Amino acid sequence: MPQSKVETENEVDYAMIDSNEKNTVMENTGGHAIDMNSLINQEDKLILEDEEPCININDFNLYYADVQALKNINLSIPKQRVSAFIGPSGCGKSTLLRCFNRMNDLIDIVRTEGSITIHDQNIYDKNVNVAELRRRVGMVFQKPNPFPKSMYENVAYGLRIQGINDRKTLDEAVEKSLRGAALWDEVKDRLDENALGLSGGQAQRLVIARAIAIEPEILLLDEPCSALDPISTLKIEELIYELKEKYTIVIVTHNMQQAARVSDYTAYMYLGEMIEFKDTSTLFTNPQKKMTEDYITGRYG
Amino acid sequence: MASSSVSGHISKQFDQDLEDVRENVLKMGGYVEQQLADALKSLIEADIELAEQVLKHEYNVNKMEVDIDEEVIHLLARRQPAAGDLRLTMAVIKTITDLERIGDEAQKIAKMGLDLAEKQGPKAYYVGINSMGNHVFRMVRGALDAFARMDTQAAFLVAKEEPESDTQYAAIMRQLITYMMEDPRSISGSLDAMWTARALERIGDHARNICEYVIYFVEGKDVRHISIEELEKEISED
Repeated sequence: MPQSKVETENEVDYAMIDSNEKNTVMENTGGHAIDMNSLINQEDKLILEDEEPCININDFNLYYADVQALKNINLSIPKQRVSAFIGPSGCGKSTLLRCFNRMNDLIDIVRTEGSITIHDQNIYDKNVNVAELRRRVGMVFQKPNPFPKSMYENVAYGLRIQGINDRKTLDEAVEKSLRGAALWDEVKDRLDENALGLSGGQAQRLVIARAIAIEPEILLLDEPCSALDPISTLKIEELIYELKEKYTIVIVTHNMQQAARVSDYTAYMYLGEMIEFKDTSTLFTNPQKKMTEDYITGRYG
Repeated sequence: MASSSVSGHISKQFDQDLEDVRENVLKMGGYVEQQLADALKSLIEADIELAEQVLKHEYNVNKMEVDIDEEVIHLLARRQPAAGDLRLTMAVIKTITDLERIGDEAQKIAKMGLDLAEKQGPKAYYVGINSMGNHVFRMVRGALDAFARMDTQAAFLVAKEEPESDTQYAAIMRQLITYMMEDPRSISGSLDAMWTARALERIGDHARNICEYVIYFVEGKDVRHISIEELEKEISED
């Protein structure tokens, strides 16, 4: 048997030499059925410099009265990616996040310098319509905050404020948003029930549905999972992964593993300064700054 | 971020866990080093007893690898190491694989020792094997030393020695071929010697691998599968 096999192989060899299409034969018989080059060239590493920026932060400073909470921040948040801000308590990550939809305006003692531009428009310009800005930049908070209304009305709320009351439009928007927030199947039969009856994880997804119902461009998530159990947390993380197809997402989290799991880019902040902003894989395997290394390996403090 | 320390975590237990793993790798390294030294000695001096001892001790090397693997799995599950800690963990996992292979090669050499001790014929090629053996033994020792001190410069110097073992291997091959052509009766012994040289050449490769893991851990740079010149460039730019 082995000998006959050798002979057959030899025959193939001669056939190949005789053939005018020697190279093609070689490729077809000698090569693999799958395209080997496609396996080798799987360079899908994220490069920050190649991304299209969505939010540009330039020389941005923020003060709470005399206390400087953000120090000369320069950053470009890439479009349709998940960017995570990590850092110890009080490092300014939530403050920075709130700047993106001017939530800090609600605090009287806050003063800002520098600019934050979204689509080349400085959102701190005098003539910016803040309500319109917040429609474009949605936000979800640490604790789920559904309104004491039905689930349906919760999701439809933003649209009703815009003056949309057509039942069919609202129905469609509510279903689409709830599906987008991976909650539809769980609540579709009881949309008229009060949203306060939902579990924490469901309520958080309802709030995300409410945020995406008005179709923002940017979604800000301020520790969206810190009040949730691990399973709900995974559901939200899965949702974040799906939502980045459509939205630019910025997430603040205390949970470093979460940042590592969900984000494409991670920023490490410390005492109001932006220490390092990198693609998440690099930041968690080979950070360039010792401060970052110490924080993510649990040496901080 | 260049890193070479396992200590300084808020969790002292984590420091301890990492230190324990590191120490166990060094212990395993020391043991493998001894196995290699004994295997070479048994071959050169036709010491059957020593060769049998090497074969018997091979089991311990395997057990050490399995134990460290388990330690590392616990560490991964419980601590989720990041950055330098993660790179150290990876370096450990890979290093012990190479150490275990060095152990296997030492075992092969000891087996050849047993074979050759019983064979007649000229043993002139022992000079070459002995010299090559010393060379790769120094490489293994140097690699372990670089690992212990997490010293990239030392690691580089050892890695640089690896092509020399390839050269020696080629020289021994040529020599053995000459013997075999001159005297067919030497073929059996020469083949054993060839396999020994081959084992030594592989050990040199494993030692270089360990050096590359040291550089990966400290510098965060993957320097596998590149030339010595490229390697030198990689570690000098910072």
